[in-house]
Amino acid sequence: MISQIIFLLLTIAAFYVFGRQVMAIRKNISLGRPEDRSDRKNERIQKMLLVAFGQQKMFKRLLPATMHLFIYVAFVITQIELIEIFVDGIAGSHRIFYPLLGGFYTFLISFIEILSVLAFVATLVFLARRNLLKIPRFHKDEMNGWPKLDGNIILYLEILLLVFIFTMNGSDEVLYRMGETHAAGAMGSGSFGFAVSSWLGPALFGGIESESTLHLLERIGWWGHICVVFGFLVYLPISKHFHIIMAFPNTFYSDLKPAGQFSSPENIQEEIKAIMDPDYTPKEDANAPHRFGAKDVTDLSWKALMDAYTCTECGRCTSVCPANLTGKKLSPRKIIMDVRDRLEEIQKYQLQPDDSGVITAAEGNIEAQEAAGHTLLGHYVSEEELRACTTCNACVEACPVNINPVTPIIELRRFLVMEESRMPEEWGSMSMNIENNGAPWAFPASDRFNWASEE
Amino acid sequence: MNIPTMADKAAEGKTPEYLFWVGCAGSYDARYQRVTRAFAKILIQMEIDFAVLGPEETCNGDPAKRAGNEFLFQMQAMQNIEVMNMYEVKKIITACPHCFNTLKNEYPALGGDYEVIHHSTFLQSLIHEGRIKMKEGGSFKGKKITYHDSCYIGRANGIYEAPRQVLEALDADLTEMKRCRTKGLCCGAGGAQMFKEAEKGNREINVERTEEALGTGAQTIAVACPFCMTMMADGVKHFEKEEEVKVLDLAEILAEDME
Repeated sequence: MISQIIFLLLTIAAFYVFGRQVMAIRKNISLGRPEDRSDRKNERIQKMLLVAFGQQKMFKRLLPATMHLFIYVAFVITQIELIEIFVDGIAGSHRIFYPLLGGFYTFLISFIEILSVLAFVATLVFLARRNLLKIPRFHKDEMNGWPKLDGNIILYLEILLLVFIFTMNGSDEVLYRMGETHAAGAMGSGSFGFAVSSWLGPALFGGIESESTLHLLERIGWWGHICVVFGFLVYLPISKHFHIIMAFPNTFYSDLKPAGQFSSPENIQEEIKAIMDPDYTPKEDANAPHRFGAKDVTDLSWKALMDAYTCTECGRCTSVCPANLTGKKLSPRKIIMDVRDRLEEIQKYQLQPDDSGVITAAEGNIEAQEAAGHTLLGHYVSEEELRACTTCNACVEACPVNINPVTPIIELRRFLVMEESRMPEEWGSMSMNIENNGAPWAFPASDRFNWASEE
Repeated sequence: MNIPTMADKAAEGKTPEYLFWVGCAGSYDARYQRVTRAFAKILIQMEIDFAVLGPEETCNGDPAKRAGNEFLFQMQAMQNIEVMNMYEVKKIITACPHCFNTLKNEYPALGGDYEVIHHSTFLQSLIHEGRIKMKEGGSFKGKKITYHDSCYIGRANGIYEAPRQVLEALDADLTEMKRCRTKGLCCGAGGAQMFKEAEKGNREINVERTEEALGTGAQTIAVACPFCMTMMADGVKHFEKEEEVKVLDLAEILAEDME
């Protein structure tokens, strides 16, 4: 009875903490500017099924894709076993589905066990790839410190989880053989017949003759498993691993336009129409952005902010970025991580946008005041990074969860150029040439048709 | 060359089927003018009903937009749209992927709705329809050619096969670089980089890309973009290979080997 109460309290606590964190992230994403992505629902569902559920873009790199698939499928299928763990935890039963499902139960758990072994192998491969092999994308500057630790923590938790599962099933198997399992409906001294634990159990725990030790081991496995699951749940929202949830909404809200099509903000259209036609009265829009382009995260669309919470820092974007490949400072992954870091700073100090959208802090808190003075541009992203982008869309193409790093880059460039007139000198002359002679080079407009005067 | 302008056609009371949008590089860049002429010759030979804007054309605004100068972009776009709508333009062909992308994808929001066709697609369909026929024993037959994907027709607009099909018509030995199609590496000129020095780094992007192209052993690097052409040609010069390896546009290659 006590264990049932403890289980219930733990469950409530874990979901409560998880829920609060998710709500905070939701609030943070809604700090973004409005953008309509409610169209073409069928296409969006298809995209989500292919890219998130079907892992389509992962398979551009076969080895990591296969390893990732093992972990992903094991994770998804294990949820079935989790249902039993929850029912058992609350009802105080043991393997409640075993008598109900019979042979199918054996099949199901066997399937989960095989996938768990594959996931175990994959986790070891991933740990080796991150820590032993010098794979460049895991060793860029932006991965130093927390991001590197975060990546490893998840893998360690994964291993812990699998150790607990096999301790649980393995010791229970040995108990069954002794005729002592508490599983409902288990008769005499048989075997569960699970694919892995039916031999791994006796191999590991066969030497233990004490029934109470085996029961203790089984309980450690059971409680350990569920505690790691709860820990994982609470950890998810502060980790890059949140992508297991965000991949779904993020791919649903994918940019369905051609990758080369950049937005044409309406507030600028209104200004230009007014310049071109003096009789034109610009539309009044109370929700119009208070600046051109983006200086801070609140100037970006909510989708760009969702992108930041979806990023799992795999670095496929950076590994194909022509600027990064040739030693420039730009790393698309860092831009996305910067957006999330800034959002988390806003959350940490409970900063709020004022009526004009500028981030402000409550009076009195000096640290919060300082944080309020930060902006994405300058404190996180430098001009040098922004200027290195060739807008080639290789990063967009590479992202397995359809994040678009080009959008924030262009929005930040827009702010620099249109609000602050800060740009490389050559871009200044280029703009002047376009304005004066209708070409980015200093050729007279009257020479434009000269090409036809030669054969 | 005798190239009709939209103004000429309008004076005759005619609306040509296609506007050939030449673009700034096609108009001013000495090297790319040759591509413009090669393509125009194909249009004339195929008796395509087309005209150019001539002196009425101005920059489509792409480099301004990518650099962040949305004001200037929209200013250019709205002026161009005004001119094109005045001439009742319906279909546009262009040899520049940047013009192509902007006109096709970014003009509609500003009131310019046209069917925009990149010259690679246009040439491919002429071949496909059997209107362009290749000479027996053309100069590219059996020769190694590698095609460099331009980001703005490739990833930006999903055109990967049309340029390759044009080259296949030559009976040439088309050799792919490792990074091709969706994985194609940028030449380094997009996003208005063409008009500024590269940021500090340890290598130029065009050198990285040209090295890969030269690695295929191809004697011809085929491109379908004026900026790619400049970058790849500079890259070939960097490796001092300009005697052995030519950087050519699809239209030039085709013009040389067609009947």
